[in-house]
Amino acid sequence: MLQVKSVSRLFGQKAAVDNASFTINGPSFVGIIGRSGAGKSTLLRMMNRLSDVSSGQILFEGRDIAALRGAETRTWQSQCAMIFQQFNLVPRMDVVSNVLYGILNRRSTLQTMFNLWPRADILRAIAILDRLGIAEQAPKRAEALSGGQQQRVAIARALMQDPKIILADEPIASLDPMNAQVVMDTLKRINVEDGRMVVANLHTLDTARRYCDRVIGMRDGRIVFDGTPDQLSTGVARDIYGADASFNEDATSTAIPKDTSADRTYADLMMS
Amino acid sequence: MTDAALRNGVPRLTDTGTVYLEMVRRKRMYGGILLVIFVAMMASGFMLADERNAGGFWEGLHMLGAFPSEVVSEAWRNRANLPGYAWQFLPSLLETVNIAAVSTLIGALVAMVLALLATRGLARWPRAVGLFRRLMDSFRAIPEIVVALVLIYILGPGPIPAMIAIAIHTAGALGKLFSEVAENADLKPVEGLASVGATWGQRMWLGVVPQVAPNWLSYALLRFEINVRASAILGFVGSGGIGYDLKIAMQWGQGKYDQVVAIFLLLFATIVIIDRISDHFRTRLTKGASA
Repeated sequence: MLQVKSVSRLFGQKAAVDNASFTINGPSFVGIIGRSGAGKSTLLRMMNRLSDVSSGQILFEGRDIAALRGAETRTWQSQCAMIFQQFNLVPRMDVVSNVLYGILNRRSTLQTMFNLWPRADILRAIAILDRLGIAEQAPKRAEALSGGQQQRVAIARALMQDPKIILADEPIASLDPMNAQVVMDTLKRINVEDGRMVVANLHTLDTARRYCDRVIGMRDGRIVFDGTPDQLSTGVARDIYGADASFNEDATSTAIPKDTSADRTYADLMMS
Repeated sequence: MTDAALRNGVPRLTDTGTVYLEMVRRKRMYGGILLVIFVAMMASGFMLADERNAGGFWEGLHMLGAFPSEVVSEAWRNRANLPGYAWQFLPSLLETVNIAAVSTLIGALVAMVLALLATRGLARWPRAVGLFRRLMDSFRAIPEIVVALVLIYILGPGPIPAMIAIAIHTAGALGKLFSEVAENADLKPVEGLASVGATWGQRMWLGVVPQVAPNWLSYALLRFEINVRASAILGFVGSGGIGYDLKIAMQWGQGKYDQVVAIFLLLFATIVIIDRISDHFRTRLTKGASA
């Protein structure tokens, strides 16, 4: 369905993304990993057309996304949702308005500027919020919500778009472990229940292992790994991150540890 | 080198002290020279201006209070008339305030568009940022009174030329201030809206305007205050309103100074009221009492 063909993006002389190619068929959950500056964000932004493509093609259902211009680009963006690390909601507006902004492209500018949304749209937005478990926050300003709730509002905005692809740029990088899990579970649920393709940049390996059907590793703008989570051994991870033997993924893992020995020790200490 | 210095023992404190005192002395000397130059230039400039003056500064200085004291004393003698005059001039004050309000509104709307078009990072056409900035500069550069005089010549005396003249100046002045506020706006919401395929107008209206609205409003209300004054001044050249009455009252000087004082009091009260309204709305917008 989605075909990325030797896509590059140059900033001056430096290639942020260098000749990247891959194909995603059907509604899979694809994780992109790599250290900061590896070109993950740039790749996603090109797919959403927030950034222009320097060379190459991005084909979706046979159409070259990279070559779209003006209003056609905006129509594509309305079908290709994007979720950001910092949520990118409008902080001073209420939650339902922020969700409704997902369909800005399909309503007239004048209508949206005066907030004249049809009743059906408003009800749909609230239904989506209800599905994500934050319907009671509907009338609050977006800035009044916690990080995890804001990210769920951003996901609701994405669902409002009824998108063919959901791109998530480090969706959990600014969240605590609890909220991170809620957000990743939500994305996975949308992927499985709705059958929507999800492509997510992830900053922790364990998240990639746990949620993704397929993992793409990037280093210095190039794709250096493309396989299943099982194939992602510690050695491969070292290559992707350009780390030496001292690299230990548990050190930066945000997962809540499974072992309870620390609790046991603490409990014994308190009981004695 | 450092090794040598260390081997010779710890750095001596007196050395550091001398060096620092030397530096202080030098700085003071520069400061003193600059002060002398400044005073000399001010003095010579004043002398030059005084020479070219028709009257002469020193001869006229002791008369500075003469006119105001005459106005005030005459008004005090006829203080019983003041409320009556205030009532009499109220309609022309309303006309003046109306001119100011309409021109502030129109000017601010134009300024909003110009400001967004002239802000780097937000502009619809990034290459035309300079063009829109120069356009705003030119709006500010032409004095209101010149525009009003030209328009009065073309359109005839009345409030419309004053309104257009003040609106043009307001668009330029507010556009610059609005643009500076918009430069500091958070771009994340704008990017979020761009990612769903929003048009430029939607991104600006829904992503930028909510963020900058309190600051824009306070600048616009400040401008309204300035425009009340500007609209009063334009009354002098024939655009009606309270300025015209003021001109008549001051011009003849035949026991009408009580009217002058009444007009000034009206203007003062208007400015105070606008200031209070501006405070009220600003607090509401920034603290979000309405939400």
